[in-house]
Amino acid sequence: MGILKKERDFVLPGDKIVESLDYLPGKNCFRDGNSIYSKRVGLVSFKGRVIEVIPLTGMYIPEPGDMIIGEIKDVQFSGWAVDINSPYQAFLPLSGVREFIDPAKMDLSKVYGIGELIYAKVTSVGPSKGVNLSMRDPSARKFKNGRIIKITPVKVPRVIGKKGSMINLIKERTACRIYVGQNGVIWLQGENEPLAAKAIKMIEEMSHIEGLTNYIENLLKNEGKIKGQVMK
Amino acid sequence: MSNFKRADGRAADELRPVTMKVGVLKKADGSAMVSLGDTVAVAAVYGPRELYPKHLQNNERAILQCNYTMAPFSTKERVRPGPSRRSVEISKVTREALEPALFLEEFPRSTIDVYVVILQANAGTRTAGINAASLALADAGIPMRGLVTAIAAGKIEDTYVLDLTGDEEEITACDLPIAYIPREKKFTLIQMDGDIPPEDVKNIIKLAVKGCETLHEHQRKALLGKWSKEGS
Repeated sequence: MGILKKERDFVLPGDKIVESLDYLPGKNCFRDGNSIYSKRVGLVSFKGRVIEVIPLTGMYIPEPGDMIIGEIKDVQFSGWAVDINSPYQAFLPLSGVREFIDPAKMDLSKVYGIGELIYAKVTSVGPSKGVNLSMRDPSARKFKNGRIIKITPVKVPRVIGKKGSMINLIKERTACRIYVGQNGVIWLQGENEPLAAKAIKMIEEMSHIEGLTNYIENLLKNEGKIKGQVMK
Repeated sequence: MSNFKRADGRAADELRPVTMKVGVLKKADGSAMVSLGDTVAVAAVYGPRELYPKHLQNNERAILQCNYTMAPFSTKERVRPGPSRRSVEISKVTREALEPALFLEEFPRSTIDVYVVILQANAGTRTAGINAASLALADAGIPMRGLVTAIAAGKIEDTYVLDLTGDEEEITACDLPIAYIPREKKFTLIQMDGDIPPEDVKNIIKLAVKGCETLHEHQRKALLGKWSKEGS
């Protein structure tokens, strides 16, 4: 009876979280009879009367408002098909691009060609998961040069850290430009790309360790030094 | 019943030694290995991912595709690779055993692919396969109503026996594999070959359910094992 799990408790699919009608099932939870159960492997999170499970594994499922990094897969008549590292392909319509384009007069592949990478916003996700993107966002952009690494989408919040603390640390210490997509794709550019990539991979692997920020800080300090000496 | 002894010294209602491991394959989205005595099954889950050919797509839900294979070296007599009457049947019952436990409606138009390979066979391969597949699905982060467990039971002379071996399968009056969702107390698979009176069937199913509950504990431990190493 009552509340069976605490905040941040580990749950498996089918684990009972509360037995009460006072709570509502949120993300990754479902109600059956009087109780709320978890749908996935994850950690319990109480948001007032809503219960959520933060998944520890799984695919990226797009949601409106997410900023993602996608690769142009196809140029169509009225827009672009974009791979967003998810089960669903996204579509970037002409109306989602900042400049005015007349498809009859202009070659769309001059704007975004196949294989190019964009940082875009998910504007809508339809009932059967038709995903629309937009570049009409101040931070949206096209990437040139740099490199891409992929991590498990559920670990993205750890890479970003509280209010961006982790990613800012890496940006500062490696002097790299970094964009993190909610879909687990990360774009880096700068002299220290390999070090930044290594740090991010390490965060993904050790996302559970407490004081991870300090650990990464040390890593960046030490490796950065060695690199500096070699370069001299 | 009193002086009944099994060849391997087990009690009538005892399982063979169980080992379960989650996350054995790196490339798959989810994977697991289950062994019950000499029977070893490995399951890999890919997805949800885009489904081709497109006419198979369902706009309301994902489809589940299961594939059961026996390795050529899994038995004394070489198993001819490729689909057979038997493997097609087992693929189908595996799919039907897992489908009721999944929230397929969350991933319209996509597919979830489950591959089960039997590395070594000594009876009970379909049940071992279902156990492994259910763990692999949880590992892949697919939303589930609960874990699915499966085990076979039978009757030798006057004794109900759990988890038959190959030798026992030859002398049992019936071989009755079941798949069961412990949380919902629902059956997703009941098959039987042999010829026994209805009361016996009831008793055998009762015994198998007890076995499933023990296996469910093993499954929970296996999943906890993967993430307690990684922590929370």
